[in-house]
Amino acid sequence: MSARDEILRKVRSAIAGTTPVTTPVQPPPGATAPDLVAHFAERVADYRAVVVRTDPGGLAAAVADSLPAGVRVVVPPGLGDLVPGAVIDAGLTAVELDAVDAVVTRCRVGIAETGTIVLDHEPDQGRRAITLVPDLHVCIVDAGQVVADVPDAFAHLDPRRPLTWISGPSATSDIELDRVEGVHGPRVLWVIVVEPAAPRPGEAAG
Amino acid sequence: MTGTFVGMPKFPVAAREALGDAQLRHNLAHATGTIRGKRLRLIDEVNASTPEGTAWEELRLAGAAVKERALLSLGDQLEQLEANLVANGATVHWARDAAEANAIVARVAKAHDVDEVVKVKSMVTQEIDLNEALEAEGIAAWETDLAELIVQLGGDLPSHILVPAIHRNRAEIRDIFLRRMGETGRPAPADLTDDPAILAGAAREHLREKFLRARMAVSGANFAIADTGTLVVVESEGNGRMCLTLPDVLVSVVGIEKVVPTWTELDPLLRLLPRSSTGERMNPYTSTWTGVTPGDGPQEVHVVLLDNGRTRALADETGRQALRCIRCSACLNVCPVYERTGGHAYGSVYPGPIGAILNPLLKGVGHDEQVDSLPYASSLCGACFEACPVRIDIPSVLVDQRAQVVDARRGGRPSGEELAMRAGAAALSDARRLALGERFAGVGIRLARRLPGLPGLRGWTSARDLPDPPTESFRAWWKRTDGGRRPDPTGEQR
Repeated sequence: MSARDEILRKVRSAIAGTTPVTTPVQPPPGATAPDLVAHFAERVADYRAVVVRTDPGGLAAAVADSLPAGVRVVVPPGLGDLVPGAVIDAGLTAVELDAVDAVVTRCRVGIAETGTIVLDHEPDQGRRAITLVPDLHVCIVDAGQVVADVPDAFAHLDPRRPLTWISGPSATSDIELDRVEGVHGPRVLWVIVVEPAAPRPGEAAG
Repeated sequence: MTGTFVGMPKFPVAAREALGDAQLRHNLAHATGTIRGKRLRLIDEVNASTPEGTAWEELRLAGAAVKERALLSLGDQLEQLEANLVANGATVHWARDAAEANAIVARVAKAHDVDEVVKVKSMVTQEIDLNEALEAEGIAAWETDLAELIVQLGGDLPSHILVPAIHRNRAEIRDIFLRRMGETGRPAPADLTDDPAILAGAAREHLREKFLRARMAVSGANFAIADTGTLVVVESEGNGRMCLTLPDVLVSVVGIEKVVPTWTELDPLLRLLPRSSTGERMNPYTSTWTGVTPGDGPQEVHVVLLDNGRTRALADETGRQALRCIRCSACLNVCPVYERTGGHAYGSVYPGPIGAILNPLLKGVGHDEQVDSLPYASSLCGACFEACPVRIDIPSVLVDQRAQVVDARRGGRPSGEELAMRAGAAALSDARRLALGERFAGVGIRLARRLPGLPGLRGWTSARDLPDPPTESFRAWWKRTDGGRRPDPTGEQR
């Protein structure tokens, strides 16, 4: 008998006589807040990320402010013309990315309660590697992308896409459970929240 | 380089040694105390989010229900998971035990002619001793989680599910980095201090060259979503993202109990895990991937579905709930026994209260003294059950496991405890024998106190004082005073 068949046979015999539940569990609703964008900004800052709030007209300047003079910047192909002089990623190797200082992207969803940004790596965010290897990640969040809590985020996310949930800069608590920011991922996370929200088709702005 | 738990003494012996280590006890008390406080503050925050104040308990119920639902339909869930993984370009392997799983990983490595792999922290690959198996095949496995790196470089054993180097303080870690990093790659800078940020920086430099050149990674998975074929890794440092993203080949070893039936049922688990584990609203990084994504990340993805005793645990009606465990380690952090002995005394990669039930459930009782000693490594105080985000009733399983250990060991020469219980039963079942026993109890206790420890009963008497013997038995007192109605000239109260 193959390992597969034997394991499945043992599983089925172990649970024989029990009654399976066929309907998915309905989890309780998440937390809410009167001002989602303010709540999001506060919770992101809690992780010692930098949070800047601006309007669509101030975006280019806010991006420029986030990038120290002379740094090498990579951007995903779908970001548009927001960072003059940036390298547009077209499959840079890990070693090439290691020579880049910063990356500027958008995101799919921001979660207010947990201060989380979720990337689904569409062209305005790029391949997973480009938001990982450079030491500074500048992420632009449209106010309309901010949802209240984790269950609300699930409604916007497609599991067939690779997803990266980011809550603050890379960190560890492995030494005496003392939290230290900055291990392997970007050591600085710079979040730019753009208000008012850009209109999203078929949806009320959050 | 890594140690092994094979041949560990049983819990009481190992615990006694650990208790003598003042540094260890200090490190543990500090670390578990910190994380307990953080966790409780966040639970209060969740409860304050609704007027009823019960949101955390509702989340726990949902989390438990999701995992229970997965377990009670596990055969169908696994087939669905496999079909969705394959449909998305992954190769699925099944492994009955550690040897089969290790052989699969080694085979993939050899097919790509690699002599090293980078690893995401994973309990299951520790459970199967994958690093040692790969080393025997000439393949180096580099642990990339900071605590795992500390353990690996120190030739040490993990002592906590979340923070495997919780038993080490910053000065010890600095010393390990200075002495050992140079042996396997970039050495630590000579002016290394014991500031945690500086130590983390040294780990970043040491591991980066390995991440950049690695062609194959090995991971576990926190969750495997059946209806989409999505795997989930929850982490903090970004080493997980490095391993899951940069190499060409990714092998994930996943215990069959990791299944979550549907994508949206992941939601309560992602709300419960970080708060219970590190005491954060959300951990820094969570990665999800579904098979192969063309042009992004590993283009060859393998998933090894592992049994290794899980079907045995699943067949145990009381114990099966242990398979709900999401490896948060909250039960370790609240356990008065764990806080004093640390993780090594449990002789397994799964220490603490969950380890005390999981090890016997996975391995079976009655053939290994060390495993059989674990269900007794508890005072049954119940703190673990209260802390568990998926409501595993650890105390009830412990009691059930104790009964199974006793049953498995019945027959043969009776133990001292059994003899004492039999003598007790004989005395209590007959009034005359009880009267006789009472009369001699005082003599017995006084005699026992002079002995260094009665053979066969030492396990009981070494940690407990005998009570002062009464000057007369209850029966003698009753007779003399007519049940208290006659004045008692000695003035003694009963």
